[in-house]
Amino acid sequence: MELIKPGINIDFVGKMKPAIGISLALIAIGIASIIWHGGLNYGIDFAGGTLVQIKFQKETPADRIHSALKPIGLENSIIQSFGPNEVVIRVGEVERAGGELSQKIKESLAQALGEGAFEVRRVEVVGPKVSRDLTRKAILAIVFSWIGMLVYIAWRFEFRYAVGGIIALVHDTLITVGAMSLLNKEFDLTIVAALLTIIGYSINDTIVIFDRIRENARKNIKQPLEEIINGSINQTLGRTILTSLTVFLVLVPLFFLGGAVIHDFAFAMLVGCTAGVYSTVFIASPIVLAWERIKPSRIKRKK
Amino acid sequence: MLKSIKLRAAAALIVCLAGLFYLVPSLTSQLPDFWKKNLPANRIHLGLDLQGGMHLVLEVNADKAVEAAVERMTNDMRETLMDKRVRFRNIERTRENIISLELADSAARGAFEKILAEQYPDLEVQTSRIVEGRETVGLKIKDKRAVDIKKLAVEQSLETIRNRVDQFGITEPEIIPQGNDRIIVQLPGIKDAVRAKNLIGKTALLEFKLVDEEHGIEEALKGSVPEGSILAYGSTVDRESGRRASLPYLLKSKALLTGGALETAQVKISDRFGEPHVALKFNSQGAKDFDRITGENVKKRLAIVLDGVVHSAPVIQERISGGDAQITGSFTLDEAKDLAIVLRAGALPAPVAILEERTVGPSLGQDSIDQGLWSIIVGSILVFAFMIVYYRLSGLVANFALITNIILLLGTLVAFKATLTLPGIAGIVLTIGMAVDANVLIFERIREELRLGKTPRAAIEAGYAKAFLTILDSNVTTLIAALFLFGFGTGPVKGFAVTLCIGLVISMFTAIFVTRIIYDFFVWERKVQSISV
Repeated sequence: MELIKPGINIDFVGKMKPAIGISLALIAIGIASIIWHGGLNYGIDFAGGTLVQIKFQKETPADRIHSALKPIGLENSIIQSFGPNEVVIRVGEVERAGGELSQKIKESLAQALGEGAFEVRRVEVVGPKVSRDLTRKAILAIVFSWIGMLVYIAWRFEFRYAVGGIIALVHDTLITVGAMSLLNKEFDLTIVAALLTIIGYSINDTIVIFDRIRENARKNIKQPLEEIINGSINQTLGRTILTSLTVFLVLVPLFFLGGAVIHDFAFAMLVGCTAGVYSTVFIASPIVLAWERIKPSRIKRKK
Repeated sequence: MLKSIKLRAAAALIVCLAGLFYLVPSLTSQLPDFWKKNLPANRIHLGLDLQGGMHLVLEVNADKAVEAAVERMTNDMRETLMDKRVRFRNIERTRENIISLELADSAARGAFEKILAEQYPDLEVQTSRIVEGRETVGLKIKDKRAVDIKKLAVEQSLETIRNRVDQFGITEPEIIPQGNDRIIVQLPGIKDAVRAKNLIGKTALLEFKLVDEEHGIEEALKGSVPEGSILAYGSTVDRESGRRASLPYLLKSKALLTGGALETAQVKISDRFGEPHVALKFNSQGAKDFDRITGENVKKRLAIVLDGVVHSAPVIQERISGGDAQITGSFTLDEAKDLAIVLRAGALPAPVAILEERTVGPSLGQDSIDQGLWSIIVGSILVFAFMIVYYRLSGLVANFALITNIILLLGTLVAFKATLTLPGIAGIVLTIGMAVDANVLIFERIREELRLGKTPRAAIEAGYAKAFLTILDSNVTTLIAALFLFGFGTGPVKGFAVTLCIGLVISMFTAIFVTRIIYDFFVWERKVQSISV
C-alpha cells in the first residue's frame, strides 16, 4: 500500500510565503488568546494551591458542593467535573487561618454530605516556593532543549539547517501553547512533558528531510538549492506523514482512554505533532533556503 | 554470513530472554520456588500515582537550628559569667541572632574576653560600643559554624524522619534529600494522611523547665518578662464540659533536660481514668541529671514542655531516682502512640515545613493502571494493524520487533528498579508509536531502492545503511529532549522521561538489529527473490 505516490511533486517552496503567513496568524491567535485569558490557565504545579479530587457515591450537583464549602469561605472555588460523580475542587491557597485547606475541605464536605458519601481520591498541595521552582525548571527545560537541538543539528549538519530546525520547533511549541490557551486547558507539568516530547520528536521529520537535502545536493552539485529542497521534501513526504501517523495512532487511544491527566497530554501532543508535520514541510526547509539567500555558503559534506 | 546470522540471532535471543526473565515476576503472583531462589523476583515498581500513597516535599528551616544554638550559648554564657563573677547585665539573644550584653567596667571586659576566647570559640565580637563607661558587646556566631549547624540540621532531620517513618510501620518508604535544605518523603499505601503528616512534621522538642515562681505572672503578662524567663502556654481541659482553655506559665528559659536524654518512650494506660499517657525512661546520664534536678528543686514546679507548649507542670514532691517520668494530657490513643514514636525517634533539630503534598488514593491508582493498560493495548493493535496493512510481511517483521521492544522496555524498568508512573505508561504508548518510525524509514528506503531496480539483497543493504544515520539522529534529538525533562522534571513526569528514553534506546536495537537478522535470514539462507514490503 502506498499513500503518497513516488512521483509526487508539489511546489512546497513556492508556497512558503502564504504558509509562513498562516503560521504567524495561528501564533498570533494563540498569543491573543493568552492575553485575552489573562495569561495561561496554569495548573496547580505552576500556580500553587490546593486540589482535592473527590468521588461521590451518587450524583452530587455542583451547587451542593459549593454550599457545603461555604462555611469555610470557599464557596467560590473552582469545581471541575472529572468523570462520572467525580469532581476536582481547586483553591489558589494552601492554608487559611492556620489550618490546611485540604483537610478543611474534607471536613466540611463530611459535615454537609455525611462521612460515607464520598471518597477523597487525590490531594495535591503545592506551596508557592515549589510552584516558583517548578515554573523556573519548566522554562529552563524547554529553553535548554531548544538549545540542545540547535547544537546537535549544527554539529550533525550545518548552522543554517539548525536555524531552520529551531525556528520550526519554536513554531510548534507556540502553536501548541496557543491551542491550549484557546481551549482554556490547564497548563501543568504533564503539558511541559508533552512540549518537550514534541520538541524532541517533531525535529525527526526535519532531520529526515535535511538528510535528503544533503544527499541530493551532493548528487547534483549544479542544481539550484531551491529545486533540491523541493525535491527532497517531495521524496520524503511519505515518510514525514507515515511516521507522524504511527504516533497519531497511539495518541488517539491515549486521548480517549488514558484518563483525565493523560487526556490533556495527548491533546497537546496531537496538536504539536500536527504542527510538527506542517512546520517540517513549510517552515524548516524554506528557512534553510532563506538563510542561504542572506548568507550563501558551500554545502558541507559531513557525515 | 550465515554464521554471523546465527551469532546475531543468538545475541538477540539472549537479550530478549533476559528481558523476559525480569518481566515474569511482575506478570504472575505465583512464582515457583526455584524461581524465587535463583532468578530475579523483583516486580515492576509502581509510582505513587499508580499504587496510591503520599509524596511530601519538606523544607528544613535550618536558620532555626542556628537560632536555637545561639539561644543555648546565651543561656550558657549567662551562667558562666555569673559563676566567674563577671559584672554584666542584660544578656540576651536579639532578633538578628546576636548575643548582646553590657559589661560594667574594664575589669569585666578583660575577664569576659578571656572567657570568650577560652570557652566560646564559635563566637566572635561583631560590635562593641562604650556608652557612659559601660560597654555594650554584640556577639555573632561564626559563619562557618553556622553553615555547619545548618548542614547538620538537615542531615539529622532526614535521619529522624526516617526513624519515625520506620517506627510508624510503612513498607518501602523513600526518604531522600533534595537540594540544600529539602527532604522528599514518599510513603506508598498510606491511609491516614493527616496522621502521617503530623508524625513527620512535628518538631517534638521535649524540654523540662522550672516554673519561675519568684516573679508574678501578672507582671509578665503585661509585658515585663523578667530576664532569664519566658512565657509559655499550656491548656487545661474541663472534665465535665470538655472545653479547652489556655493557661499561661512563666518558665525559666533554661531547659534543664531535653528529649535527647531519653532512652525510650512508651504509651501506658493510666488506671484512674483509662486515659493514655506517655511513659518516659531516661538514659543513664539523663537519669542522673533528673535525679539531681529533682533533688535540688523539691517543692518547686517542673514544667514538661513539648514544642513550646506546656503539657503539665507538676510539683516535685521528692527526689526522683531511677529515671522515670511521664507526660500526661488529654491524648487520644493514636496521639499518644504517635507522641511516643516521635519522642523515641528524637526531636527534629529545626522545624520543617511541608512545601508540597501529593496524595493519591489506592482506587484512583488502580483506575489509572486500567486506563493505561487499555491505552497500551488499543494503541498497539492500531499500530500492528497499520504496519501489516501498509507493509504486509515486512510490517509483520516490524511488529515482531515492536513486541520484543515492549518486553525489553518493561524488563529493563524492573532490572534498573525504575519507577513506572502514569505519565510513564503514556511514555510506553508513545514509544510504540515512535519505535516503528525506524522501520517506516527503513522500509520506505527499501521500496525506493527496489524502484531503482536493485535486487532485494542490495535494496535491503542500502535501505538499512542509508536509513541508519537518519534514525540515529532523530532518536538522539528525542533523547536530548527527554533527558532535559528528566533533569528538570519531578515525580511522575520523570517516570515519563525514563520510559521514553529506555524505549527509544531499545528501539534502536529491536527496530534495526533484530529486524535485520530476519531479513538477512530470508535473503541469504532462503534466497528469497522478492520482498513483501
